[in-house]
Amino acid sequence: MSISVGYYPGCSGSGTSVEYDKSTRAVCKKLGIELHEIDDWSCCGSTPAHTVNHTLSAALSARNLVLAAKQGQEEVVTPCPSCLANLRTASHKIEDEEYRPKVEALLDESCEEAASVASTLQLIIERVGIDAIKKAVVKPLKDLNVACYYGCIMNRPPELMKFDDPENPMAMDKIMEACGATVLPFPLKVECCGAAAGMPKKNIVTELSGRLLEVADSLNTEIIVTACPLCQMNLDLRQGQVNRANGKSYDIPVVYFTQLLGLALGLSAEEVGLSKLVVDPTPRLRFADVL
Amino acid sequence: MRIGVFICHCGSNIAATVDCPAVAEQAKGLQDVVFTTDTMYTCSEPGQNEIIEAIKEHKLDGVVVASCSPRMHEATFRRALERAGLNRYMLEMANIREHVSWIGKNKERNTVKAFELVSIAVAKLRNNNPLYANKFDVTKRVLVIGGGVAGIQAALDCADAGYQVVMVEREQSIGGKMAKIDKTFPTVDCSSCILGPKMVDVSQHENITLYALSEVEKIEGYVGNFDVQVRKKATYVNWDECTGCGACMEKCPSKKNIDKFNEGISKCTSINIPFPQAIPKKAAINPEGCLMLQKGKCGVCAKVCPTKCIDFEQKDEIITEKVGAVIAATGYDMFDHSVYKQYGAGQYPDVITSLQYERLMNASGPTGGHIIRPSDGKEPKKVVFVQCVGSRDPSVGRPYCSGFCCMYTAKQAILTKDHIPDSDSYVFYMDIRSPGKGYDEFTRRAQEQYGVQYLRGRVSMIYPKGDRYVVRGSDTLAGTQVEVEADLVVLAVGAESAKNAPALAEKMRISYDNYGFFMEAHPKLKPVETNTAGVYLAGSCVGPRDIPTSVGQGSAAAAKVMTLFSKDKLESDPQVSSVNTSRCIGCMKCATTCPFGAIKEVTDRAGNVKAEVIETVCQGCGICTVTCPQGAIQLQHFTDNQILAEVNALCQAQLDF
Amino acid sequence: MSGSTGLLTEGQDLRIVGFLCNWCSYGGADTAGVARFEQPTDLRVIRVPCSGRIDPLFIARALLSGADGVLVSGCHPRDCHYAEGNFYARRRFEMLKQFLSVTGIDPERFHYTWVSASEGQRWQDVVTSFTERIRKLGPATKMAGGTGYDEECLKEIAAAVSLGDQCPCHKEKA
Repeated sequence: MSISVGYYPGCSGSGTSVEYDKSTRAVCKKLGIELHEIDDWSCCGSTPAHTVNHTLSAALSARNLVLAAKQGQEEVVTPCPSCLANLRTASHKIEDEEYRPKVEALLDESCEEAASVASTLQLIIERVGIDAIKKAVVKPLKDLNVACYYGCIMNRPPELMKFDDPENPMAMDKIMEACGATVLPFPLKVECCGAAAGMPKKNIVTELSGRLLEVADSLNTEIIVTACPLCQMNLDLRQGQVNRANGKSYDIPVVYFTQLLGLALGLSAEEVGLSKLVVDPTPRLRFADVL
Repeated sequence: MRIGVFICHCGSNIAATVDCPAVAEQAKGLQDVVFTTDTMYTCSEPGQNEIIEAIKEHKLDGVVVASCSPRMHEATFRRALERAGLNRYMLEMANIREHVSWIGKNKERNTVKAFELVSIAVAKLRNNNPLYANKFDVTKRVLVIGGGVAGIQAALDCADAGYQVVMVEREQSIGGKMAKIDKTFPTVDCSSCILGPKMVDVSQHENITLYALSEVEKIEGYVGNFDVQVRKKATYVNWDECTGCGACMEKCPSKKNIDKFNEGISKCTSINIPFPQAIPKKAAINPEGCLMLQKGKCGVCAKVCPTKCIDFEQKDEIITEKVGAVIAATGYDMFDHSVYKQYGAGQYPDVITSLQYERLMNASGPTGGHIIRPSDGKEPKKVVFVQCVGSRDPSVGRPYCSGFCCMYTAKQAILTKDHIPDSDSYVFYMDIRSPGKGYDEFTRRAQEQYGVQYLRGRVSMIYPKGDRYVVRGSDTLAGTQVEVEADLVVLAVGAESAKNAPALAEKMRISYDNYGFFMEAHPKLKPVETNTAGVYLAGSCVGPRDIPTSVGQGSAAAAKVMTLFSKDKLESDPQVSSVNTSRCIGCMKCATTCPFGAIKEVTDRAGNVKAEVIETVCQGCGICTVTCPQGAIQLQHFTDNQILAEVNALCQAQLDF
Repeated sequence: MSGSTGLLTEGQDLRIVGFLCNWCSYGGADTAGVARFEQPTDLRVIRVPCSGRIDPLFIARALLSGADGVLVSGCHPRDCHYAEGNFYARRRFEMLKQFLSVTGIDPERFHYTWVSASEGQRWQDVVTSFTERIRKLGPATKMAGGTGYDEECLKEIAAAVSLGDQCPCHKEKA
């Protein structure tokens, strides 16, 4: 089976989450998915753009979808849920014939031909499928207690994302289960981590992420699995800050689902970029005999 | 033919946007019209008298009234015609209010439209014939479907009036939801103490035949003469012999069956009597749990039964009953809260439904009336009630208010304090809906005397934390998020239509709404009638109702049945199909399309097959008329000629051949 | 016709015939009226007990006699007062749609739909959009005489019929 799609890494993929980008590419290769990075892709506009101007935000994202279409891709995937939300919103807006000219005026080109967009998570679970993953696993994540944390925008708004249950998503749970891990019933899987408030109001992040860590810890979670660069950063990079603010001493590794999936598929720690993580997962992974 | 046309002003309802005198004037030019006038209120007494006098004075043999919808006043004007000695079917109406004056503001266009509607009515009337009703007998027995409080009330009222009642109950005992409830609001009466005696009355009344653990299989026939088939499910116990002693329950080794009566919070034996006050108090075997029926070995109950009434060979039985009227009182079911993933989708043991909580509080419940957590049996000190779970929430397809949850939640919060004095209760609510005698005072008492904390806002999620639960919601009055750690969470689940209600509605040939609730004939003026003659409704099968309303409706439905039974003969509607035997070729296509089986095959004296309409069964839909290749079967009052006359009048195709 | 009454000073209504079942759609139209949902004035409603009573012949007759449009509405499927009348109706109307173009009538001039007694809002939408559709199509092409039938042609036929066996067509066959 060969799947070929356009690929949009997003800015964080070349910055704070290089390990997500790296492991995504490696996992896709392993699963027979050809990723064609969009040539000359640009930022989706992220949160700053749409808080200032919706049309501008739509134009920034639409540009990438139009580029992909020109480069012969009907479908684009992105690992980052925030990019996905922007790209999907833009895609929705340029379908509206009354709205499209506004975007076209900004871009100076036609937006009639544009690629569709989905998350790599959706691509893997829907197009590769759980059975194929099970078959491809060579190093099962036995005896590893993981909690899957989807973040608040992976499945929301449901009318736009049209993927999984918005209140109780199961895609990552199923993938981790297929990899042999013990998946804990994490009740806060779609809660907010504090997201972009990390810059202007750090206490929001320490409170919200603190709660996530607290509940994960109460379930005896060994590793938190995420699919979002911002969630991962707040929980991993800021875990020390969160601990200091709440007087706790959590030490829970926070990894991308593609990293664990990659290890289960037989990739090395280097290939999935484990060394980029702040809270080191290797002791637990060694203990569980994954490394 | 001599036709009179009456144009109604309906005060200013019509006259404001239709030039009524002009329509009356113009109508004078229509064929056969000999008299026209416009009146202020045609339906009023002087208005009707004017019609009667005009009929006599101008020797009219047909009348057109242009006024409101025929669905409103056709019956009124038909009676007026009868008082003047005309046949009631020599009336036609033009709807110039709902279809003209109320929907358009252009007076000129409205006036033209009104006149054209009058000309259609005149054209049809010129083809009308007097029709006469037939009389037929009434079987003065009534079927009551559902033995909840509404059905019980209806059955007792009919039985006390001297009519035979057949009651069919799906569950093993009558009593419905009310039998499960601990106390009732706002009086905090013991529910089973007030319902129990009524249940006993049902079982002891000489005029009531009760079929429990039974369902209606089929209803055929028509008002006054329904043939009903009831499926009496196998109980594997001969109920004529069973004394309800309970010896079998004590010895039954299969004790892990889900206890439906206790809403699944406890287990019960395979042979079981659901609760001590059950009517009929008879044991029945749940075949799915019974070792004898599943594996062929055990039979302990048969050995211990003092009357030897266990019968493992028993089969379902179909019983046929003849009745003249049907009362549907099938109640409601509780909303399944597992669709709320954010509330744990039914996976958290201490997040329970309000009805489960009733069973916990009930002295005859599985805990003997002690409120404990299902998970560890500990007494909860902090109880959070979440209202509107499955009510007023379009995202789960339940946009309607279930009406009674605000009240039972207040009651449960009060009772919680009575049971556990050192407990705290919190209620998350959207609005408090307490219209009813003493209802609002009751919710205030919960807050003011019992210290129940009411938080106005929806709950966004419930998640476990240690052995407690965090209930997170908004407090819209304080404008903040709140989190309450609870030992027990009670979800005030809303009401939805009873399982299989649409299937039953189709058996009774009545309508139901998008949510499966039965449709009344008119939401305001005919709340217990349906569009099918002889079928009446009571209680929550129409929509969520509290106990007093259900009881009231039970009595109301009974009164309607008594009115029906007050006549020895009923008149059939003559607007039925009729066969012109000289044109009928006996193909019987009409019989295959008739939804009511109202057409039978007969052989005339010459030995030719002909169709014949059973007038009392025919409902007057006219499907057969369109089906007939010969135009031999015609729906009276809506014949091809009558409808084509209307079409022609409208399209002005004045063809002379 | 509208002009012939002399009541209308400007413009003319289109001739749209509505066949409505008594239990649902007629009630829905009443509900729309009670709620004062404003509608175009072109539609004239003929009440029938059930959509199953509507003979496709009525619709064809209306269109051939000069109606600009025919709108039919019954109870929603599975919600028929007579249990299944609207299913028969649906089959007949689908057949009629196939057949209309053969007769030279634009099938767009005929529309059938389902409106329940409570759907006043929906009835307003149905009437408005159908009237709009017919307005776009314009008045139906009337055959000579404006009655929907070519009167000259009819006279010829009538004359031919009265000739009986003497009619030239009989002779030709013979």
